[in-house]
Amino acid sequence: MKMTARFLARLTRHPADNRVHWLAWLLLGLLLAILPWLVSAGFGNTWLRILNFALLYVMLALGLNIVVGFAGLLDMGYIAFYAVGAYLWALLASPQFGLHWPLWAILPLGAGVAGLFGVLLGAPTLKLRGDYLAIVTLGFGEIIRIFLNNLNAPINITNGPQGISAIDPVHIGSLSLARPIDLGFVQVPSLVSYYYLFLIAALAIIGIAIRLERSRVGRAWAAIREDEVAAKACGINTRNVKLLAFAMGATFGGVAGGLFAGFQQFVSPESFGLLESVMVLCMVVLGGMGHIPGVIFGALLLTILPEFFRHIAGPVQQSLFGTVLIDPENLRMLLFGLSLVLVMRYRPSGLWPSPQRRREIEDVQRADAPADVPVSPM
Amino acid sequence: MDIFLQQIINGLVLGSIYALVALGYTMVYGILGLINFAHGEVVMIGALVSYSVMMVLVPSGLPPVLLALISVLVAAPVCMALAWAIERYAYRPLRHAPKLTPLISAIGVSILLQNLAMMIWGRGYHAFPDILPAIHFDIGGAQITLLQTVTIGLAAATMGILAWMIQRTSLGQAMRATAENPAIAELMGIPVNRIITLTFIIGAALAALAGLMVGANYSVAHYYMGFMLGLKAFTAAVLGGIGNITGAMLGGLLLGLIESLGAGYIEDLTGGILGSHYQDIFAFLVLIGVLVFRPGGLMGERVSERA
Repeated sequence: MKMTARFLARLTRHPADNRVHWLAWLLLGLLLAILPWLVSAGFGNTWLRILNFALLYVMLALGLNIVVGFAGLLDMGYIAFYAVGAYLWALLASPQFGLHWPLWAILPLGAGVAGLFGVLLGAPTLKLRGDYLAIVTLGFGEIIRIFLNNLNAPINITNGPQGISAIDPVHIGSLSLARPIDLGFVQVPSLVSYYYLFLIAALAIIGIAIRLERSRVGRAWAAIREDEVAAKACGINTRNVKLLAFAMGATFGGVAGGLFAGFQQFVSPESFGLLESVMVLCMVVLGGMGHIPGVIFGALLLTILPEFFRHIAGPVQQSLFGTVLIDPENLRMLLFGLSLVLVMRYRPSGLWPSPQRRREIEDVQRADAPADVPVSPM
Repeated sequence: MDIFLQQIINGLVLGSIYALVALGYTMVYGILGLINFAHGEVVMIGALVSYSVMMVLVPSGLPPVLLALISVLVAAPVCMALAWAIERYAYRPLRHAPKLTPLISAIGVSILLQNLAMMIWGRGYHAFPDILPAIHFDIGGAQITLLQTVTIGLAAATMGILAWMIQRTSLGQAMRATAENPAIAELMGIPVNRIITLTFIIGAALAALAGLMVGANYSVAHYYMGFMLGLKAFTAAVLGGIGNITGAMLGGLLLGLIESLGAGYIEDLTGGILGSHYQDIFAFLVLIGVLVFRPGGLMGERVSERA
């Protein structure tokens, strides 16, 4: 994926050469369009499912990137918004309350409610410094999860730890994505149609994120990230702009959550633990905070690589030592932790940072370099 | 009345453990401005190591008190070495990086340690042996066990020694100077890097003791215990005013009391709508409340503006 991206970047470097530029995007579009067929033919449906999850994580990572990357507010409870979106879908389109609302009603509502939760979280925490904010948002995420876990008594709302099952699949009119769709000349399997839905949603979110970054609000976020006091002095209404960052980020999470519920047809509090928040945060930070291609790369890498590892670690050990010495799941997380430490040590600005961000970090490091004493920049 | 008193006693036990762990967070934060996210896992390692040592020594027929003593004497150096390694390899290279970088690195260490522990001790829960004979004392209708008395007493003594060390010894003076201003401290001839390492190591020793206490009092240890405990201890540190040693002790005790009283009474107060399984929410509500209304904590200075 990174190779492709590098290749694309080289092709698109000269805006004057419009034909090549155009061709590159066309090629990428074609690749994305036939990818599900290639994956399911070459690797099977497990990998197609993983690909779909990768797209969901791209949406989540881009949402968190607005809060963390653009506005510089460290949110460690981001998965709560994903949970809000997922549970809203689960409650409004399942036998739990006997409601079966359509897609176009729930998805905007899910986005809106998640955005509202974003403001609810943002409002009391606006004054806090970075790492305090991290802990409060972490607590907020846990509170949401604890409520989801326990709201089965005295009135059963969330069905507690068992979660909600038999959720309606995504359907447009009478067309359900859970069944293969017959287009006459070809049968589109369920997983492939979900892939296209998620791809459209992800592309829309990428588009919105790019527009946001270049907008007036996006520049205000960057200003706050660099120096909040200076931003305020320049006439930016820091309170509103920060709230907007929380709300926008949460909205993306809500949409992704809704799609997740429709795709899985099952939600339970277990899917929304702290580790998930940490995972999404790691996608943003490892990829390169605030840099949209980097964040997408981070999301793809962190969903696909561990899965790859999970499927490969067992058989490799079997052939090398004759038995499975270490549980692959265990080993996967072990290496994940280790790689976080190593990447932060050797590439603190992420694997694919924006040129601007890298300069900022190098500046900070150079300014501090002479004496080996601890300082806390930012 | 007796239920109230009983919850106070339980709260004090829980609070002393929180306080010991909170000290580790607060000392490191005071000096580096870093949330040592992996500290909870150090407590977990402490608990599991002392569990293993006790299990190995149980057949020898030594008195349980001696077992506990030996196990903490083994667990403390292990935790100290671990903390040294974490500081040396995960945090020190990142001192000049933006704040988010060490935090992510700390999360990485935390995941690493959890999975390492899972590999060594497995996924299961380990039942801690009884350290002290089950003797009860009656106080005004409530019961306090010998173990609880010893826990509170030992925690108080440890914190007393720590407070003395920080206020009276030259090492403590160096630590306070480093916390105040590392650059100037360095100019005054204080080996700042060594002081930072020592801070981590002292915190880890307290963590090992806290780990044994958790195991003994709740008679269970498992690889995942460090996370919630660490989070709550951090909350306690923030509650007391992070960076402030006395604040961490006070915050720990207070949080323990709030949790156990809250869990004891929430059912009556809400007419049965919320039950005691909401216990974990109190810590976070307290945290959010403190940060919103008194961001510096109970004993800290105001820190609401971004530096």
